[in-house]
Amino acid sequence: MSAPDPKDFKVVGKSVAKIDAMGMACGLDQYVADLDTGDALCGYIVPSPHAHARMKSIDASRAKAIPGVHAVITWKDLPRNLHTTAGQGFVEPSPYDSYVLDEKVRFVGDKVALIVADTREIAEAAGKALQIDWEVLPAVLDADKAMDPGAPVIHDEPGAHMPIPVPYDPKKNMAASASMGVGDMAKVLSGSHLTHRQTFRTHYAQHCPIEPHVCMGWLDPRDRVVLATSTQVPFHARRITAQALGIPVKRVRVIKPRIGGGFGAKQEVMVEQCVAAMVLATRRKVLLQMTRAEEFVSRARHPIKVTMEGGFNQDGTVNGMRMEVLSNTGAYGSHALTVMCNCGSKVLPLYRMKNVAFDAKAVYTNLPVGGAYRGYGATQAAFAMEVFLDEVAEKLKIDPVEFRRRNHIQPGEGSPVFAALGEGKPGVEQKIGSCGLAQCIELGAKAIGWTEKRGHPGDGPKKRGLGMCTLMQGSSIPEIDMAAVALKMNDDGSFNLTAGATDLGTGSDTVLAQIAAEVLGVTVDDMIVNSSDTDLTPFDVGAYASSTTYLSGEAARKAALDVALQIREVAADYLTEVMKIEPRPDPARLTLREGKVFTADGQHSVTLGQVGLRSLYERDQHQIAAHASAISKKSPPPFSAHFAEVEVDTETGKVRVVKYVTAIDCGTAINPKLAEGQVEGAVVNGLSYALTEEYLFDESGRMRNPNFNDYKILSTLDMPQMVTLMIPTYEETGPYGAKSVSEICINGPCPAISNAIYDAVGVRLHDTPFTPERVLKAIRGAQKG
Amino acid sequence: MRLQTRINGQPRTFECEPTATLFEVLRTNGFKSVKQGCDREGTCGACTVLLDGKSALSCITPAAKAEGREVTLVEALGTPADPHPLQKAFVDAGAVQCGYCTPGMLLASKALLDTVKDPSDEQIADALSGNLCRCTGYVKITEAVKNAAATMAKSGVRR
Repeated sequence: MSAPDPKDFKVVGKSVAKIDAMGMACGLDQYVADLDTGDALCGYIVPSPHAHARMKSIDASRAKAIPGVHAVITWKDLPRNLHTTAGQGFVEPSPYDSYVLDEKVRFVGDKVALIVADTREIAEAAGKALQIDWEVLPAVLDADKAMDPGAPVIHDEPGAHMPIPVPYDPKKNMAASASMGVGDMAKVLSGSHLTHRQTFRTHYAQHCPIEPHVCMGWLDPRDRVVLATSTQVPFHARRITAQALGIPVKRVRVIKPRIGGGFGAKQEVMVEQCVAAMVLATRRKVLLQMTRAEEFVSRARHPIKVTMEGGFNQDGTVNGMRMEVLSNTGAYGSHALTVMCNCGSKVLPLYRMKNVAFDAKAVYTNLPVGGAYRGYGATQAAFAMEVFLDEVAEKLKIDPVEFRRRNHIQPGEGSPVFAALGEGKPGVEQKIGSCGLAQCIELGAKAIGWTEKRGHPGDGPKKRGLGMCTLMQGSSIPEIDMAAVALKMNDDGSFNLTAGATDLGTGSDTVLAQIAAEVLGVTVDDMIVNSSDTDLTPFDVGAYASSTTYLSGEAARKAALDVALQIREVAADYLTEVMKIEPRPDPARLTLREGKVFTADGQHSVTLGQVGLRSLYERDQHQIAAHASAISKKSPPPFSAHFAEVEVDTETGKVRVVKYVTAIDCGTAINPKLAEGQVEGAVVNGLSYALTEEYLFDESGRMRNPNFNDYKILSTLDMPQMVTLMIPTYEETGPYGAKSVSEICINGPCPAISNAIYDAVGVRLHDTPFTPERVLKAIRGAQKG
Repeated sequence: MRLQTRINGQPRTFECEPTATLFEVLRTNGFKSVKQGCDREGTCGACTVLLDGKSALSCITPAAKAEGREVTLVEALGTPADPHPLQKAFVDAGAVQCGYCTPGMLLASKALLDTVKDPSDEQIADALSGNLCRCTGYVKITEAVKNAAATMAKSGVRR
């Protein structure tokens, strides 16, 4: 089958307005805290003051006696069901190392007890009134030392285990381990023209959705627990909540209203089981709203140390590379294995090589918990890889742009990494179908002025420099993720599209509507979309792994194709019986466009309204409807080339990004404006990570700066000139040629800026972030020689 | 404390604690378009309202400051059936992603366009610098404010 010509698309490929945008702009759309809170009580999680401690005893009687306190729940009151808070598919590839509440706390901010009270103030007072006899334990605050002999054991609870057969050794603080090797790296390192080795370190960061986690729960008249929650994974939230509390899945309903951003933070199921426990304890409506300070120590990006080594020919050929990863997963192993594996699987395949090795470990520490964060390991490893290759290119006297041109993966090629490295099991072999990276590199270089501007830092104290990098990600987790969409037709020819897919601001409701509308020859206005309610919508794994457009979009396309078949049958009957067209037209030859069904010659048509009315009221009545599921056989990577122009103040160390060019191949952009928005948002989040965001800890492991004054995320005043270039390709396996777009671009700023700083001042930054202090220190260090 | 104020053009009287912030009074009285993204320390901008037409952070504004004054929220700018040019421009430019910062962004933009009819990129950046957005990267928001200014200049309609 030849690819459809994107020029023929009527709805797909058009920047239609996001269907919920006007309601949001008019203040009408509801987020969790905007729903009917009625007489909801306040839910509060008492935070641990210690990084590592055991409660020898806990007495809640004084707390319970405070007027306005409705429940105080301690670890003794709840079933001890080990689970993971990672919102992943069942069986999760994350260790079962969490209880809703435990007798032990493992980081500052960990859960001590749950309190339900009239107000937050009363709840906090009750928290302070808990009488706890603490046994404070020595803490592990340095990931490099977590596996040292004699290090304090963080997960000594009996029963902590990996639910899948992979290495796990909590007695050594090892949360995950994985390795792979193809070819002979020893030979590569001994026999290449050039060998190079370098270690890189990335830092903690928080997603900072402007809406912190929020969850409201209540009992419905059937005594079921209803949770309206800011989640990216409603179905996983239902399953894990039930598992953690030992109640049947059927007793839990999860609803996702509008949510104020997620970026991976809300792929964590950590407040839902707490709120459900509070609701069951009080039989009252309970609203739990995290503060910003609490949000900062909820989940974070895993800090990762990456060591790269490799061997190269004089012409730049990559003989082989080895990547060694040490990931700090913090106090719990949520996403520890999979983020760590993604360091390899989303970064190494970008370059052609016959020999490749990957060795990774994730360790527990008594610091905030790592989790899913846009980029998911690729952010950390792409920084290492892309600065490493910049150094290699320089040593070989090859332009970094040219180096990538020679080595990047091409359509029709595979990588041994695809088959070797999956999510706690071998991966899935795949060959690249679509790849527009060559064009991304060419047009991006042109847009930044690569040949003219590079290598001209200028004479003043402020030096200019250019840097670049190339990137890939994936689209869904192959042979694991599933998404389903249901579609039914109404009597005016409109459709209800219900999807498990989770729109967290990305516009996925709109994208799914566009795809179904394209199939059915209607407009987005004819699609009424409802998503993410475990009682009412079909299943979907949720919004993660860059999967929704590719996978849920394919489910929408399949459901629409099925509905289109049913419409053609009714239309053929209508054309014969009502419009007296003889013989009865072959339904297969009828076409759907402009809200009508046309005969093959285009001479006669029946409107979808006439079809809808007939099917529901007039003859052979039945509901025109279908549901479809999609699973993926591969995870086609989007590709991107990033170019940064920076100005480095050699007197203060301040780095200003002057211009940032992103060229991206995401296949067909189903909605170009929304796709650009994903790119720009990811880039700016990446710039913020590279330049200003940083957790500061005191010696006891407490985060010292959990607020927007002291943890700076970029504002309008910090923006460089931004250029976004969409490079269309056509991915045969995706709906209308689409691949993913949401994550990849957060990975670019760290390496592109580090490489640009080198061009400006000749100093290599191997550790993030590039704060003035760190840059100035590096410049002064280089001056001292 | 008794607070007499006008919200979205309607006179309203509230009973509140003397220490209450304007944000608390609005949220507890059902005005839910005002959002909270920081710990009521004025660092995110999601709670922005207009106080006598000027942009104000309601989470650090004492409710008493609204006595006898006009408080404008985003729903007063327009409706889906009859949106304000800024609301339409935000939707058309793709400036609304999760939408959580949008009410505050729109009100800060409105305060700007009420005083500067044809703002430069720098003036827009300055006016919106207290309103954090984690989704868009600000590119399309800036574009939307410029587009709205152009539309309003062309139509001559000020509202």
